[in-house]
Amino acid sequence: MSQVHYLNTPLSNEDIQNLKAGDIVYLSGIIFTARDAAHKRLVDLIENKEELPFPLDGAVIYFVGPTPPKPGEPIGSAGPTTSYRMDSYSPTLIRHGLKGMIGKGKRNQEVKDACKKYKAVYFGATGGAGALLGKLIKEAKVIAYEELGPEAIRMLRVENFPVTVINDAYGNDLYEEGRRQYEIKD
Amino acid sequence: MREIAYDDIVKAVKNMVIHTATNLPKDALDKLKEAYEKEKSPVAKKVLEQLLENADIARKEERPLCQDTGLAVYFIKVGQNVKITGGLLKDAVNEGTERGYIEGYLRASTCDCFTRENLKEKIGYNLPAVIHIDLVEGENIEIEYAAKGGGSENVSRARVLAPAQGRQGVIDFVRDVISEAGPNPCPPIIVGVGIGGTFEKAAISSKYALFREAGKPNPDPEVAEFEKELLYELNKLGIGAMGMGGTQTVLAVHIEKNPCHIASLPVSVNVQCHSSRHSHITL
Repeated sequence: MSQVHYLNTPLSNEDIQNLKAGDIVYLSGIIFTARDAAHKRLVDLIENKEELPFPLDGAVIYFVGPTPPKPGEPIGSAGPTTSYRMDSYSPTLIRHGLKGMIGKGKRNQEVKDACKKYKAVYFGATGGAGALLGKLIKEAKVIAYEELGPEAIRMLRVENFPVTVINDAYGNDLYEEGRRQYEIKD
Repeated sequence: MREIAYDDIVKAVKNMVIHTATNLPKDALDKLKEAYEKEKSPVAKKVLEQLLENADIARKEERPLCQDTGLAVYFIKVGQNVKITGGLLKDAVNEGTERGYIEGYLRASTCDCFTRENLKEKIGYNLPAVIHIDLVEGENIEIEYAAKGGGSENVSRARVLAPAQGRQGVIDFVRDVISEAGPNPCPPIIVGVGIGGTFEKAAISSKYALFREAGKPNPDPEVAEFEKELLYELNKLGIGAMGMGGTQTVLAVHIEKNPCHIASLPVSVNVQCHSSRHSHITL
């Protein structure tokens, strides 16, 4: 049965061990945004043993490219983008301390294996709920790669940001399990 | 000959673009409400509840429904007795698009295929729009518009089947496309199917099928029956809202069928996410 958790970032190994695929989590604290181009740069920095623009230990990365903010607002609409484009980069980041990723859509086996081996989780946020999710972001600041526009790395402060555990640290996958439960076979 | 001014087209397009980004049209909203009522999975029901709340916030606070505010796609019917003064129709539509995306605080999402450089400086903010123009009877210009997101385009597919594969071949192909797509196109989705014609006719028909009012059956009763059958088949997949498992995967199937070559059976599947942002104006 699905449980509800309220967690603050950064996430600990203990936090991760308590999460199961299908659980609902309300996240509060600092999270970081990154899409394809920013991921490539982060992995390049790790390979060259250079300093990263934010600490990866216990971090949560949100795959999002927001709309421009209206005057006086921290951010525009900000729902998740499709995650598979980050699959080739995520395992390296997980190996270096990343604990959570927020996106939508399927991940590959390498990402699921890395979640299991290094204790991390993949959260799904509701795609297309950009207006609702954008409102839960209380502060946003570009901290690296401003030239990438919507793809720049932003530091966000979120309050009770609703996500669902898709891939947990035990090898479970909500997309597979949920579908099996409701599939009708002739 | 009726005259329509370039500037009037720009203004109408701009207003439509801004309005569509924040107002989920009634047909899409009704379908989401229906899915919420019918859904059996509590997890998927929660997602549908968030989508309805999102639509409410977007409308009331004029925030874009989704951060992917799409590429602008138009189907335009120009009456033969219309004269456009002050410039070209395509330029007016592109200008209205650009102004709408800038003034509405929408995202510029067009880029170069290989360098991935955003084209907002080189070509224009979220330009070029994708514009299909048809010449028809009369003295009006009818503009149908959709803001088409990337996630659902990425899972869309076309194939030319062998004629012997027939109706069952079409069912199998559509089912495979939607099954493989799983959570990625943001279900619950609307599925546009173009059958027949040539390769590109099938693809354009599948896109145009998505511009129809959600759930409105094809006027041909046989095609309408096929739509119902496919809807039933696809909802057996169990994908559910955002792929988390559930009974409500597909809100509607729209088919556009055309005569085809004696040697071919083209079929194209174009997927629309639950945020079916479309509208139309007549000038």
